[in-house]
Order: sequence, then structure tokens, then C-alpha cells
Amino acid sequence: MIAATVPPPRVVLYEGAGSAPLDPDVRTRLLAALLDRGYAVTRAMPGGARREEASSSAFVVLGRFGGAVPDVHDAAGRPVHVHDIGMSTVDEAVALVEEARAGRPMNRPDAGAATWKPWFPVIDTARCTNCMQCLSFCLFDVYGVAPADHTLRVENPANCKVNCPACSRVCPEVAIMFPKYHAGPIDGAPVSEADVHREKMKVDISALLGGDILAKLRERSAEAKSRFSKERSADAALAERRRCLTKLADAAAIPREVLDALPTPEEIERRTAEAARKAAAARDAREHATGRAVQS
Amino acid sequence: MGETAGATPRVLYCRCAYAQVVPGDVKDAVLDGLARSSVAFEMVPDLCEMAARRDGQLADIARAVDPARPLHIVACWPRAVRGLFHLADARLPDAGVEILNMRAETAGDLLARVGLDVGSGTGATPPEAPA
Repeated sequence: MIAATVPPPRVVLYEGAGSAPLDPDVRTRLLAALLDRGYAVTRAMPGGARREEASSSAFVVLGRFGGAVPDVHDAAGRPVHVHDIGMSTVDEAVALVEEARAGRPMNRPDAGAATWKPWFPVIDTARCTNCMQCLSFCLFDVYGVAPADHTLRVENPANCKVNCPACSRVCPEVAIMFPKYHAGPIDGAPVSEADVHREKMKVDISALLGGDILAKLRERSAEAKSRFSKERSADAALAERRRCLTKLADAAAIPREVLDALPTPEEIERRTAEAARKAAAARDAREHATGRAVQS
Repeated sequence: MGETAGATPRVLYCRCAYAQVVPGDVKDAVLDGLARSSVAFEMVPDLCEMAARRDGQLADIARAVDPARPLHIVACWPRAVRGLFHLADARLPDAGVEILNMRAETAGDLLARVGLDVGSGTGATPPEAPA
């Protein structure tokens, strides 16, 4: 997960004074190879940063130095790996970077199942009214309240369930984006009047389940337990829960895996109450702050 | 090391490496156009990932924006990009930043808006000659 990995290490492609430019084809392929492995790259040019400045937060500097590899230190005075890649292939240059990383764990696009896909809500502050509906809705503690001004913020992005855009569906202002979603306006595309109208006319998700979603879940759970005691079939109880959640999944485009991973109805109720308490406290604090501002 | 200082990136390119929502041919062609130019640039694997980490590089980039030397961010929808910087506690100013959208524009249009002539036989040329 993201907390256990280092930020994208920065590689400097140095083509300033004291070095020769790379072949354009090699440069293109090297850039793509590094980016697709999760590295950030800065290209330093003549007239741009000095080598020392360009490498201030870098961990590797690559360039065609003609064999005269310079000593370079970062902003903290630590030596930076500098490699002459004048005679290297792209694969060899990438291998030098990987070697310099010395096994420090990093999130990588090419790591298969170990990759963390950066999927989380992004708030359009120009549209958000801090109604806190998303905070009340999310069961995974993604949202929080900024202590300074009591506004909504995305506090724990890594808690978000990949490919689940459900909270954006409950936002009445179309203010929640998921930049990696496949369609607008959730992907960040401009919001049209039609989008706003659709949100205002949106069917209440809980109504789709016949009223209070929590009550419905409890009821279904009780029914399933009852049947389980009679039929002694865990499979039947699971199937019942899935049927109960099908409409919710369809209405809010929630991936089935997310619904299957939901906690028990009792735990959902506890978390919802906690989220609602936080949202109410934030609204009160904002109203209080607004009132004080008006009085003064 | 006699070059003039000026570490501010003029072009920030996002590879959107963790998803397939940006057309691959567009992001590859933009990368190639930038790589063949003689402009300095900053390239990151994924702005979303950096925002989730509240990576200090985003704050550095936002702080260094200079309306006299516009910063071109080649990524996705402007609304999303501004939101990502905000999430990273790095508010982008309105002036001096142009956000170019690889989800909705062609590579040729994007490179032209950065000021690169993609039609020349020698590849792209810089918007201004280095000092």
C-alpha cells in the first residue's frame, strides 16, 4: 500500500553544460521506460537549471559526460548517483536506475497485483458546498474535515475502494471527481446543466431499497439468519445479501467486490453514525464561524 | 557549470501510468514530441499518485509558477488537475498555468499549444531559445 512505499524517485536527464545531448530516439524510449516503471524524470537543459540545482532532489543523474563523471550532491549534501550513459542501451540505463534505488519499495505501474492504483475522490472546491453528504455516506473513512476551516477534505485517499465512484453519485453539486473514471463529469469533464439537473432529480439510493437502507439491510440480515437456522445454509444467506445489494450496485455503479466486502449491517450502522456525527460537528463549526464573522 | 539558473519547469507532463483512461497514442506522441524538442521539462508517472501522497514536489511546482513564463501542465481535465493540486495542499494560481487535456485533444494540438512545431523535419522547436 502507498504508505509503505517511497514517493516516485526523481531521475535527472542532464543535458546541460559538460554533457552531450542524447540521441532523440534513445531519449524518447528512456523517458517512457522510466515513467512506466514509476520514476519521475526531469530534463535539465542548457539555459535551465545548473546541474547542482537540477539534482537537488534527485537520486540519480544520467547524462553523456564523455567519461568525465562529475561529483554531485543533493540539497542535503548527500552524494547523488551519477552515471554516464553515453555507451549504454536504454535497458542498461534503466538497470542503473533500478540498481541505485537499492530495493527501496516503491509503487509501480508494472508490479501487477502489487500495484496500488491511485483511485480516490477529488473535490471541486468551486462547486462543493460542504454539505458533508459524502462524508456521511462513505463507510471507509476517506473523507474528513479540515481543522482550520471545517471544510470537507479527502483525508485518507488510500482507503478508497478502487473503481468505486459511489460517493460521487450522492453529491448534489456534482463536485466529486474520480480522475481515473471512464466518463464525464465524474472524470473531471466540465459539468453541464443537464448533469446538474440529473443530480437534482436523482433517485435517493436508499429509496431504491424501499426506504431506509440500513433498516432494509438489518431486515434482510435477520431474514437470512432465520433461514440459516432453519436451512443451515451459509450459501443461502450470502445469496440473499447479494440480492439485497444488487439494486444498490446498479444505481450507484458500485463494484460487486466492494459490496461483498461491506461489513455487517451493525458495523455499517456504527460507522454511518460516526460519519454523521463528524459531518454534523463540521456543519455546526462552520455555522458558528460564519455567525461570529457576521457579528463582528 | 555556467548556465543561467531557472529551475522552474515550463512543461509538466503526466504519464497517467496507473490507468488506461488517457489514449495511449496521444500520450506517447506528446512524450515523443517533448523528447525531440529542446525544452526542459518535468515528467511524472502519475499526478494522482503524487496528490494522494501530498508529494511536496507539487507544492514546489505551484509555488514556482510565474505568469511571465507560463507553465503548461499536459495531463487530463483541468478541473481534475486543479483538484489534485488542491488535495496536495498546493493551490495552482489562475494566472501563469495552462492545463492541456490529453483525454480530449490531439497530440498535434497539444504540442502546438505548448509552442512546439511538430511539423518541422527536425522535430519540435522550443518556444523560446535558451539563454
